[in-house]
Amino acid sequence: MKTWIKSGKPWIWLTAGAVSICLLAVIGLLGLIIARGMVHFWPSDINAYQYQDPYQNGEVVQVVGELREKEEVSLERIRDSGVALESSSDRIQRYLIKVGNRDIGGSDFRWIIQPLISGVSTPKEIIVFERLEWGNLHGDLLQLKIDGATVAEGPGGWEALQKQLDTTLDLHSTIRDIEKSDIGSINYAMEQLRLDKRTLELKNGASPEALADIQLETEQLQQEYELLQNRLQGLYREIGRATVTVKVSTGQTVELPLSKVVRAYQPNKLSLFAKTLFYFEKVWEFLSEDPREANTEGGIFPAIFGTVIMVIIMSMLATPFGVIAAIYLREYAKQGFITRTIRIAVNNLAGVPAIVYGVFGLGFFVYFLGGSIDSLFFPEAAPAPVFGTPGLLWASLTLALLTMPVVIVATEEGLSRIPRSIREGSLALGATKAETLWRTIIPMASPAIMTGMILAIARAAGEVAPLMLVGVVKLAPSLPLDGNFPFVHLDRKFMHLGFHIYDVGFQSPNIEAARPLVYATALLLVIVIVVLNLAAIAIRNRLREKYKSLEQ
Amino acid sequence: MIKSSTMTHGIDLGAITGERVAHSSAPTENTLEVKDLRLFYGDKEALKGVNMPIPKQRVTAFIGPSGCGKSTLLRCFNRMNDLVDGVRIEGKILLDGDDIYARTVDVSALRRRVGMVFQKPNPFPKSIYENVAYGLRIQGVKERRVLDEAVENSLKGAALWDEVKDRLHDSAFGLSGGQQQRLVIARAIAIEPDVLLLDEPASALDPISTLKIEELIYELKSTYTIIIVTHNMQQAARVSDYTAFMYMGELIELASTDTLFTNPGKKQTEDYITGRYG
Repeated sequence: MKTWIKSGKPWIWLTAGAVSICLLAVIGLLGLIIARGMVHFWPSDINAYQYQDPYQNGEVVQVVGELREKEEVSLERIRDSGVALESSSDRIQRYLIKVGNRDIGGSDFRWIIQPLISGVSTPKEIIVFERLEWGNLHGDLLQLKIDGATVAEGPGGWEALQKQLDTTLDLHSTIRDIEKSDIGSINYAMEQLRLDKRTLELKNGASPEALADIQLETEQLQQEYELLQNRLQGLYREIGRATVTVKVSTGQTVELPLSKVVRAYQPNKLSLFAKTLFYFEKVWEFLSEDPREANTEGGIFPAIFGTVIMVIIMSMLATPFGVIAAIYLREYAKQGFITRTIRIAVNNLAGVPAIVYGVFGLGFFVYFLGGSIDSLFFPEAAPAPVFGTPGLLWASLTLALLTMPVVIVATEEGLSRIPRSIREGSLALGATKAETLWRTIIPMASPAIMTGMILAIARAAGEVAPLMLVGVVKLAPSLPLDGNFPFVHLDRKFMHLGFHIYDVGFQSPNIEAARPLVYATALLLVIVIVVLNLAAIAIRNRLREKYKSLEQ
Repeated sequence: MIKSSTMTHGIDLGAITGERVAHSSAPTENTLEVKDLRLFYGDKEALKGVNMPIPKQRVTAFIGPSGCGKSTLLRCFNRMNDLVDGVRIEGKILLDGDDIYARTVDVSALRRRVGMVFQKPNPFPKSIYENVAYGLRIQGVKERRVLDEAVENSLKGAALWDEVKDRLHDSAFGLSGGQQQRLVIARAIAIEPDVLLLDEPASALDPISTLKIEELIYELKSTYTIIIVTHNMQQAARVSDYTAFMYMGELIELASTDTLFTNPGKKQTEDYITGRYG
């Protein structure tokens, strides 16, 4: 034993053990997120359970829905919930069924107790309607009506329904285009005109001609708007013509306007291939669409976009400032007590809790800087704030402040590693210090600068706490990038994946529906960070290859 | 970096030139003139009043034991010591009659006139072409034709052209140590200096590369005033016209190489070249 300890083997085991624990933790984390997040989009079969409903005196009812989860609970707990169940076993299985039909039954999900299930079947013809509101509707197709006249009936009407749904969806996207982009830009232009007018009034420069001009333009826009409005009304009439009548499991019939349907499918009829196709369609929807229904349905594109653009703006702010500061500290400042103190302060700045930066960002950037900018440059918008309110710019600035120490430390490290002989070689050729820096030293330090940027991105992309104070919102009406001049709107609020996880997970009214989305969003956040990092690492490796002499 | 050179004016040269500065064959003309140069690292006096002429278009070698101040003296000629914290310099170095430590001197312009090659090859992490063109680009030369010509001439001047002409745009790090050192020489002569300072240019090289560098020095002396610091007395004997022996921050003897090695004027010099110390 003693010799075994002396041989140093325990030390090897200890270190290797630490590594394996780290590895297991990472794999476990990713595995859990992937497993929980990615199954959400799979179109499971819809089962019809014959269930002796304990809340209806044991009457047999049909519970139709997809099985989401199986859980074993103690008999006692079931009895406590008011179910007088007799069982020889102490552990009882219960199923979580997504029954849909929230508008009818009051909730999307329902627990049923396994011993009370008397039979299961998978009805082939059952249709799932994904709706804009109220979640999914499960049921059998009775009739497809246009303008109240039945055009198809019964299970055979599926084809006709599909066709009709396609036209409806086309109409729907046309309507959305008009509302979002055309009417959106008219509104934007009108708002600009209003601000112009207000500016003129504030400057006492409101000559009758100028006002008349603005009036004229406003009227033109108003006319355009009315034209679009007329067209929209027509489209709305058109889209509202088709309805379906559906018989749900409780026996009721529901009349559902097709304009409220996003997608209809028969999961029990889908082949494996079709299901896979459907799965990727759903994943794509998740990546590319706006959220619906308090963020529990639809996609999270605005959050992905917001995260990425914020990180990019953050690195555009933090990197140059950090690099310049590091250059001064390392190359120009006289090394001594003061530079050492500054260096320690910078290092400590990296350890300040993020929420503190958030508070600082809100107080200094938003209220002080933003408020001053508003009163100086945007008096016409008052009392509505332009920059004096949380927004993308302030969020990026706050995070830039948070990550700057990392960039400074990494850059200084890189600068100090450049051999003296290279500097002397450049100076000996008649280059000034600045020329030497620009032409030789900074390019050679660029891999280190990139390392700093990678660390900064990794830190910034995952940060949520400060953002809640300086710009992130649950639902942003428009992206910070659009077709209206000046295209990038740094004053706008934005959505963020990290905050989205918090919001969906803990602020959602529909917990069961939101849970898989939390995992899916978390997975996406991890992927976004990994992609951003990989891009930066690829650039750094290319630079390193170029300047690999340093390693000699 | 802190400029820590101070100047003293009005030194009476005649009163302080105690050492014998021997010239067996009178040099045609002096490019550089060192006058009572003192250099302090903090409190330590590293050069203790050096006086010497450097003849034009000749090779002058500095020899002496480690720490004798020969490299420090060399680095005074292009003011490289300015980069070292805590260095103080007194005295004068005249380049064509003008004091290079005068307040009005543009150090970058001085370094363009006095090129330097260091002990270890220090090419930049750029292509061979860009290494040679570096000095010209600093001066703002942009025309491709001018640069091409200068690069070719400099590489030919450094006897490297034939070896690299097909891979001018490859990284300079692909070259061998000896080639890198010749590249650095090419880089130095590309800006057409008057003086070339070589700080033990062959000490990190193998014998064949060393030979090539020595041949190159022989070629270059028709155009440039060359000062070479070397540890290797055979090398000094082979390449130089004049040799200065330094010891403990003082110039002991400066004479034509033949005289110094065959008939040294001082006991210390004789002891050193016969290997009795150092």
